[in-house]
Amino acid sequence: MAGEEPGITLTDEQKRKRRARSIAIAVVLGALVVLFYVVTIVKLGPGVIDRPL
Amino acid sequence: MSLVERQDTISQDSAVWDGGMGSVSDYVALLKPRVMSLVIFTAFVGLMLAPGSVHPVLGAVAILCIAIGAGASGALNMWYDADIDRIMSRTRGRPIPTGKVTGDEALAFGITLSIGSVVTLGLLVNWFAGAFLAFTIFFYVVVYTMWLKRSTPQNIVIGGAAGAFPPMVGWASVTGSVSLESFVLFLIIFMWTPPHFWALALFKSVDYRAAGVPMLPVVAGETSTRHHILVYSVLLAPVGVAPYLLGFAGPVYGAASALLGLAFLVLAADVWRKRDGDRARQACVRLFKYSIFYLFMLFALLLGESLVAGV
Repeated sequence: MAGEEPGITLTDEQKRKRRARSIAIAVVLGALVVLFYVVTIVKLGPGVIDRPL
Repeated sequence: MSLVERQDTISQDSAVWDGGMGSVSDYVALLKPRVMSLVIFTAFVGLMLAPGSVHPVLGAVAILCIAIGAGASGALNMWYDADIDRIMSRTRGRPIPTGKVTGDEALAFGITLSIGSVVTLGLLVNWFAGAFLAFTIFFYVVVYTMWLKRSTPQNIVIGGAAGAFPPMVGWASVTGSVSLESFVLFLIIFMWTPPHFWALALFKSVDYRAAGVPMLPVVAGETSTRHHILVYSVLLAPVGVAPYLLGFAGPVYGAASALLGLAFLVLAADVWRKRDGDRARQACVRLFKYSIFYLFMLFALLLGESLVAGV
């Protein structure tokens, strides 16, 4: 069946470079999460816990 | 074509798929790190000179976003210019001409970073600065790269505005607006760009001619380019002193910028006088290198004075 044929077959080098890029993307996404967290604290300051329920 | 046939075609094409070969460093190279360093520096000076204050974390976020936005412009520029980059010796080693990154990958990378930097700057700092950054990216990619670069010898005169906006975006990150002072910072880089790039174009004109880019030496000739360099240098020197004349820089800056401007004029005159042979080429290389030092010194002095005043 055509559906069972492999689509794109990556070479070992392509796999190795994809892994390196994936790690870089993960690091950047993690840094963005930290960045937005820190900026939230900076912008709201102590007010982040001082709000009406 | 049925779906099955189409699937087979893709599979056959896939066997020779040449994408996915870019390493992390190739993607970093797409951001034009050297250009980015100048953008970071001038944007930082704009941010530091702006009246009022910004939290250091927000200031760092603003500089980061401006840097990423500039890098995204570089990636989009390399995507669009891949055909001529293959021809010129200066650009032949870039990731797309060498086949390390495909055009589509560079395009996706550039668009993602453009949107990411603009939205982050807007959300975390202010939307005026975000919109200004978006306009800067648009100006560099669409107005300069896609339109002016291949159609007029005035390409870098008008297109130079894109490289001159970063200090205004840095300023806007603090104030949420533009002002005469930030416009003067823009004007310094704007007037500096033509003599800087024309000096380069004079000793790289073979490259530009081969690629069909209508740089001034290619279209109007080297003599006309030398006239242009001299005229723009005469205009640049007083613009460099303008921050002192307008009162937002001190006497140290005033004196130093006048001397630096004078040296710029001397080197531009040297380019104008020496028309032939190795001496002419050396004069162009000297002006090109000095122009980088000149711009760096003006902004370093402005930064230094603002830091001293803040102590």
